[in-house]
Amino acid sequence: MARAITTQKKIMWTVLSWGIGLLIFFPIMWTFLTSFKTEATAISDPPVWFFFDWTLENYAAVLERSNYPLALTNSIVIALGSTLLGILIAVPAAWAMAFVPGKRTKDVLLWMLSTKMLPAVGVLYPLVLIAKYFDIMDSRILLVMILMLINLPIIVWMLYTYFREIPGEILEAARMDGANLKNEIIYVLTPMALPGIASTILLNIILAWNEAFWTIILTTVNAAPLTKFIASFSAPEGLFYAKLSAASIMAIAPILIMGWFSQKQLVRGLTFGAVK
Amino acid sequence: MGRITLDKVQKKFGEAEVIPPLDLTIEDGEFVVFVGPSGCGKSTLLRLIAGLEDVTNGEIRIDGNPATNLPPAKRGLAMVFQSYALYPHMSVRKNIAFPMKMAGMDQAEQDRRIAKAAEALNLTDYLDRRPGQLSGGQRQRVAIGRAIVREPAAFLFDEPLSNLDAALRVGMRMEISELHAKLQTTMVYVTHDQVEAMTMADKIVVLRAGHIEQVGSPLELYHSPRNTFVASFIGSPKMNLLTGDIARSHDATTIGIRPEHLDVVERDGTFVGRVGVSEHLGSDTFFHVHIPQMEEPMTVRAGGEVGLRHGDTIHLHPQADKIHRFDAQGLRVA
Repeated sequence: MARAITTQKKIMWTVLSWGIGLLIFFPIMWTFLTSFKTEATAISDPPVWFFFDWTLENYAAVLERSNYPLALTNSIVIALGSTLLGILIAVPAAWAMAFVPGKRTKDVLLWMLSTKMLPAVGVLYPLVLIAKYFDIMDSRILLVMILMLINLPIIVWMLYTYFREIPGEILEAARMDGANLKNEIIYVLTPMALPGIASTILLNIILAWNEAFWTIILTTVNAAPLTKFIASFSAPEGLFYAKLSAASIMAIAPILIMGWFSQKQLVRGLTFGAVK
Repeated sequence: MGRITLDKVQKKFGEAEVIPPLDLTIEDGEFVVFVGPSGCGKSTLLRLIAGLEDVTNGEIRIDGNPATNLPPAKRGLAMVFQSYALYPHMSVRKNIAFPMKMAGMDQAEQDRRIAKAAEALNLTDYLDRRPGQLSGGQRQRVAIGRAIVREPAAFLFDEPLSNLDAALRVGMRMEISELHAKLQTTMVYVTHDQVEAMTMADKIVVLRAGHIEQVGSPLELYHSPRNTFVASFIGSPKMNLLTGDIARSHDATTIGIRPEHLDVVERDGTFVGRVGVSEHLGSDTFFHVHIPQMEEPMTVRAGGEVGLRHGDTIHLHPQADKIHRFDAQGLRVA
């Protein structure tokens, strides 16, 4: 029997959902509004909402004071680079775990995930020493490597879940049809898992884009991505809320737009394929 | 060519022995059916021949060449799966072309073979569709098309018809038989359905718990089953097996009488019983008769129009030369 949903209940749930949605969206909206205020209006009490003199001076100041194009380029290189490198390593790994599982496959997967529970700062010292030893501090290659390693468990897990949905018989058919392992992965597995791989890529680009611990600590100027760019506006000489907001908006805009256009894939990615 | 030899082939999954050491020869051009109840190891045996499972011990040879450690791609065999296992992201044309593409065949030859296979299998109008847009029978034909274009040494079929509805199954059965008659290529076919085995095979291999119970032509198995397992597995409806005094009077521990070898007589039958459920098929009627000598009802095939109803008394007489005799181990007594 279908559950009867009364109009009253519908209205209640709608209002509640919008309420929660707006609450979550509020900080971004507030940052957006603040970025167009003068520093004085930004900290005025009581706060002003929409009716103030909208100004672009913060954006101009931010662009003048720091190298936004470089930070943007670094963010793109680091996010894309670490994700693609991770995918290249994770596809064969997830293939092996999904289609030729051993007795300990589940343990290996859990162990990989357990590395995410380790506080990042715990490996800070050894990593800094290694980076210094190879003289790659403040370089894109270092951040690509580190973010790849940090997100690898998630990439492997996601791909593993998607691969498991692919019937093994189809891969066996490819083997019978004369495909070697390389062709089996290129012509059969990858095209069939493409939606899953796309979700994984999207989610990991976002994770890498927003990663703020390693990117801030391991960079100074040359490899500094947008996270560092934002942080540089919470300067010791005092907080400049309006400029900080403008910098934040400039940093999150690209990823926000990308996320908007790929919502469907993202939801699938975030729910590990449970929603289709 | 496609002569497949299994020499003491054994398969273990961990400690569990699925196939005890087993010898079998499949001659070139033969249609061999592996039949047995589920879990008897018939699919595993096929997968060992295909190379999709590793042999634990023993040797497999194809046309005399050792193939035990060859990957599936190198064995020159084609397989049709129960789930069809078509590539969902490729058109029918690309599905059929895939093995040729993997073999690096030139495009003109690929096109020629696709056209030929599509025509033979009635798929010409569907070449540009995706498998998802086809019916079950058409998908099965694509799977067969994908297998034949390679011109393999042998075809392996793993319960290919069990996902089809009954009417389609009969049709596809004929198509596969006809394909075999035309190509004269070795075919190894796995099924749990003894009707498929009987109608298609040159040679049937009856398996139980990984053991070969009997190898023979359909009629050999029907007329002289080597033991009670084969006797009751081959033939539909099942053979009636009787023990006790009636068996001893035939110098056997168990006797078997097929439903079609029991005559309904007016009086003084060997068996007298009460009619239970009747199944009217038009051409035949099957009676399930409760008799004191058997715990389960005895199945009897009678002509189309026998005026007997539920609860009526029936007299039955077995055809003396059609009684199968088995000893205490269940083995046939000559």
